[in-house]
Amino acid sequence: MLTDLTIHELAGLFRRKAATPTQAAREYLDRIAALDPKVKAYLTVTGEAALARAAEADARFQAGAPLSPLDGVPLGLKDVLCTRGVRTTCGSKILESFVPPYDATVVARLQRAGAVVLGKLNMDEFAMGSSTENSGFFTTRNPWDLSRVPGGSSGGSAAAVAADLAAATLGTDTGGSIRQPAAFCGNVGLKPTYGRVSRYGLVAFASSLDQIGPFTKDVEDAALMLQAIAGHDPKDSTSATVPVPDYAAGLGRGVEGLRVGIPAEYFIDGLDPEVESAVRAAIEILRGLGAKTESVSLPHTEYGLAAYYLIGPAEASSNLARYDGVKYGLRVPGSRDLIDMYSRTRGAGFGAEVKRRVMLGTYALSAGYHDAYYGKAQRVRTLVQRDFQHAFERVDVIVAPTTPSVAFKVGEKADPLSMYLNDVFTIPVNLAGLPGVSVPAGFTRAGLPIGVQVIGKAFEEETVLRTAKAYETATEWRKRKPELAA
Amino acid sequence: MSGEYEVVIGLEVHAQLLTRTKMFCGCSTAFGAPPNTQTCPVCQGMPGSLPVINRRAVEFGIKTALAIGCSVNADNRFARKHYYYPDMPKNYQISQYEEPLAVHGHLDVEAAGAARRIGIERLHLEEDVGKLVHEGSLETAQSSQVDFNRAGVPLMEIVSKPDMRAPEEAAAYLRALRAIVVYLGVCDGNMEEGSLRCDANISLRKRGAAEYGTKVEIKNMNSFRNVQHALEYEIKRQARALDTGERIVQETRLWDPDKAHTVSMRSKEFAHDYRYFPEPDLPPLDVEARWVEAVRATLPELPAARRARFMEAHALSAYDAGLLTGSRALADYFEAAVAGCGKP
Repeated sequence: MLTDLTIHELAGLFRRKAATPTQAAREYLDRIAALDPKVKAYLTVTGEAALARAAEADARFQAGAPLSPLDGVPLGLKDVLCTRGVRTTCGSKILESFVPPYDATVVARLQRAGAVVLGKLNMDEFAMGSSTENSGFFTTRNPWDLSRVPGGSSGGSAAAVAADLAAATLGTDTGGSIRQPAAFCGNVGLKPTYGRVSRYGLVAFASSLDQIGPFTKDVEDAALMLQAIAGHDPKDSTSATVPVPDYAAGLGRGVEGLRVGIPAEYFIDGLDPEVESAVRAAIEILRGLGAKTESVSLPHTEYGLAAYYLIGPAEASSNLARYDGVKYGLRVPGSRDLIDMYSRTRGAGFGAEVKRRVMLGTYALSAGYHDAYYGKAQRVRTLVQRDFQHAFERVDVIVAPTTPSVAFKVGEKADPLSMYLNDVFTIPVNLAGLPGVSVPAGFTRAGLPIGVQVIGKAFEEETVLRTAKAYETATEWRKRKPELAA
Repeated sequence: MSGEYEVVIGLEVHAQLLTRTKMFCGCSTAFGAPPNTQTCPVCQGMPGSLPVINRRAVEFGIKTALAIGCSVNADNRFARKHYYYPDMPKNYQISQYEEPLAVHGHLDVEAAGAARRIGIERLHLEEDVGKLVHEGSLETAQSSQVDFNRAGVPLMEIVSKPDMRAPEEAAAYLRALRAIVVYLGVCDGNMEEGSLRCDANISLRKRGAAEYGTKVEIKNMNSFRNVQHALEYEIKRQARALDTGERIVQETRLWDPDKAHTVSMRSKEFAHDYRYFPEPDLPPLDVEARWVEAVRATLPELPAARRARFMEAHALSAYDAGLLTGSRALADYFEAAVAGCGKP
């Protein structure tokens, strides 16, 4: 089955004319039709457009002139990325009918690379959540156990890759929204350095934290995806001008002599023992491959979560102010006046978690509280950044669990705080703007995936991916697939 | 009566910059196009769109700052100012708050025969909002439309210190400032069309008092005459109130030129909390000294200097020289004529 394959395996078949992009697109579309009613990863499937793009790719391979390693490869996009002519909901009722007139820069880059977009993937509303239970439409299921969540907010993107409903997908990570679902669904999820990938066309949740990255079936595919989307974009003033290296080229260099830091603050009470032993085993494997491990300290880790839940909501309260019923998206009719239109539209269009964060953020920025909340959170952010700087004076990468636990049951985390705690190991990386990847690190006795996180210095995705690749090569985890009978 | 009171006036002037494109996107700034034809995802506040700073607008800001003796901040930054209104696509305006483009300037003006130096607090850049078009009058309209052509047009806000002591001084300051921005070619100075807008803060205090009185903000004065008349009216109104022991309410009042009075618009006591915070979509703007010096090199002779030169070189009266230097074109014409025929 073509749907089993990684991007690089699929591209090899295309080049050898052993398969065509159209065959791949059809297999994926058939599989989506058969299995997605169970997994519920997709909000919108763009079958016709996908087949049209695939046919164009067929012709390029026939002519022996593929555009890139992604040419003809069927991909999915988190529904927070704007797609021209295809509705982009952000998982929210308020944008249920919103059709952007433009493509996000990453979408345009994937299309220029020849990729075939299968559709748009489910997510927590406006990327706020860790389970997709905050989607305004439905909850995506974890392919390894359909009674469990896939993680979030990019839950649809993670589940689609795990269930072979796309060769790879894009998600976004503001506080862990790529790495946590990648860990829960047993795939590779990469959050690049802040500024590495253009945010133009990514519907903002928290502008200073959001970053786009791939979900893939293996580390090599993550390098290929990053290659296609990374680089400066004049439309995003926060995108970096740092040169983009050849990510695939250095993957096989191994970890001999690499200095790996183990942060004590990430092995705490509340860490699932099965997760802990898997991560410790992963560290042993790296050591066996020649890496030098040492303990490092990130002393402000415990304050990261609190700072994040001020900065994120503060920016969100501002970014989401534009959804007012005036210009696009939902407008609830029958209002008495302007304020009534605003409150009815936003009251009906936003779900509970979005409202909670808009209120939190508005409060944190309001006169008299601004410095005590938003201001202090920014100072904590600086301390968290400094923690990493100090650690990275001694080590090349940091290895830690991605999440404190594995995928939980749908409906299990009823109170917001226990949900927020899921991101305790991923949030500091966003606060510091660093790259991080979650790689499969085994399974619990109940058969649920565990993720290990590799964190690197800014713009050193190469080192992060090289470490992940060395570990992946030494293990067999990626060969296991969830059982999903149609 | 009003003789016991000292008048304290400060002006906030908004000047639309004559850049070809908008402050944060590439859309045209041309006036008068059919509604919403000069818009794009950025100036419509579409989800996912991001601003990019127009360097030409920054250059115009630097130019003006230098002309009014401000120091240009090397590090400056944009901030979001929040309030809900349908003419504002994002429901926040990208402006500058704690780190404006330039600070601490001054303008020398002449009012009632006396020279006065008016301090300038700050100069900053921001984006304009769109325009609401109501069907019928505002009170009876059944529907309103929004035209975003103007949304995102670059604005420069220049805030004076509360240094003016009479309406004539305020009018003289405004005339001098207008002459400068027009001379520099950064603004067309048209008050009727709104490319130059002026709000005034005015308060009264007992002569000799150290503390300022409660200030009132006056809006909607779209000519020099209106500025002067509105301030004169407001002085009388506040003096009368103070005489009768009334408390002045800190509020915004609109000047109604037809009825020749100001009416209360909204009380500042329930004012918006703008919840400013640094614009995360724009990194701090690094205005290097080299850039500032390059802009300084392009500064033309300014109206005050030119007037002084005309008086000196051509033995003109202050009035005549002022008239002739009132516009750059007229002054150029005069100089060309002098060059052509010797003695004027």
